[in-house]
Amino acid sequence: MSMGLLRLLRGKKASAPVARERLQILLAHERGMRGQPDLLGVLREEILAVVSKHVTLDPTKVIVRLERGDEVSTLEVDIEVPNDFERKKAAVA
Amino acid sequence: MAKVLVVTSGKGGVGKTTTTAALGAALAQRGDKVVVVDFDVGLRNLDLVMGAERRVVFDLINVVQGVAKLPQALIRDKRLENLWLLPASQTRDKDALTEEGVGKVIADLRSRFDWVICDSPAGIERGASMAMRFADEAVIVTNPEVSSVRDSDRIIGMLDSKTVRAEKGERVEKHILITRYDASRAARGEMLTIDDILEILATPLLGIIPESQDVLKASNVGTPVTLSNADGAPARAYMDAAKRLCGENVTMHVPAERRGLMDRLLRRRAA
Repeated sequence: MSMGLLRLLRGKKASAPVARERLQILLAHERGMRGQPDLLGVLREEILAVVSKHVTLDPTKVIVRLERGDEVSTLEVDIEVPNDFERKKAAVA
Repeated sequence: MAKVLVVTSGKGGVGKTTTTAALGAALAQRGDKVVVVDFDVGLRNLDLVMGAERRVVFDLINVVQGVAKLPQALIRDKRLENLWLLPASQTRDKDALTEEGVGKVIADLRSRFDWVICDSPAGIERGASMAMRFADEAVIVTNPEVSSVRDSDRIIGMLDSKTVRAEKGERVEKHILITRYDASRAARGEMLTIDDILEILATPLLGIIPESQDVLKASNVGTPVTLSNADGAPARAYMDAAKRLCGENVTMHVPAERRGLMDRLLRRRAA
């Protein structure tokens, strides 16, 4: 208790509980992934395959971001589409 | 019945070699016949920590390849007559460690010793997988630090899937050995506690080795820490761990360094 009080007076937060929580979240994820195909990799490949059916893609202009949360994770795929895409679509219609 | 024990961790620098030397010596001090085997091909160090670096003639790969017979490559400890070392090669490529060859050497060692202790290299490559391949038991050396705990978890996964025992549907008996533990820092919330680590890794505890100057002093002079300062906290903790490996029921406590008042004051100021 005295240590806790000391910490309170100094205004410092214990870092070990943060370490424990980060590890628990990370390892729960990594254990689930063991022996599984890389979901992010599969999604990325398939999304790009679909898009490139319609647009010529520059692989260097594709940005993939992943944010892993407790409940929900987000996969963000940012694809730079060349400007003549809209015109081509209009021509087809 | 000989037991093959792998000392492993995934992460480097956590104390695998120190632990191999200390547990090997502790078991030999109890009267068992022990061999410690260095699997860190190209970066051998167990010979140095054991103080046998000037007596290496043949190595594990020479034996695997049939260049030398096993008795020619084994080095007897100068302090403990029932402790032996099989060094790693310093030059040859680690791909020379074939599963068949290593299996034969381990089988031969089983017939000669009570304990075959395999010192794994860091990482999850060939050397590490060969060190654990034929193990009956495993000591996973873990520091109270996030990267070490994560790597231990990965290694536990490998022990449960990539060993001969796992493939036969049997279990490798696993033990966590926490090294470099600082009870006062854990109490201040600055370091993962024993309970945190055991809860996360869900594996039983073999022992707690406190952070101590004894460990560096022991490797400086090439003596296992259980012999260099037998009364010190790390030596006592390793002796207790060895007793537990032999099935003895020893009360677990967090070993503390005996420190004087001046020492404490100076330490507090330095921190």
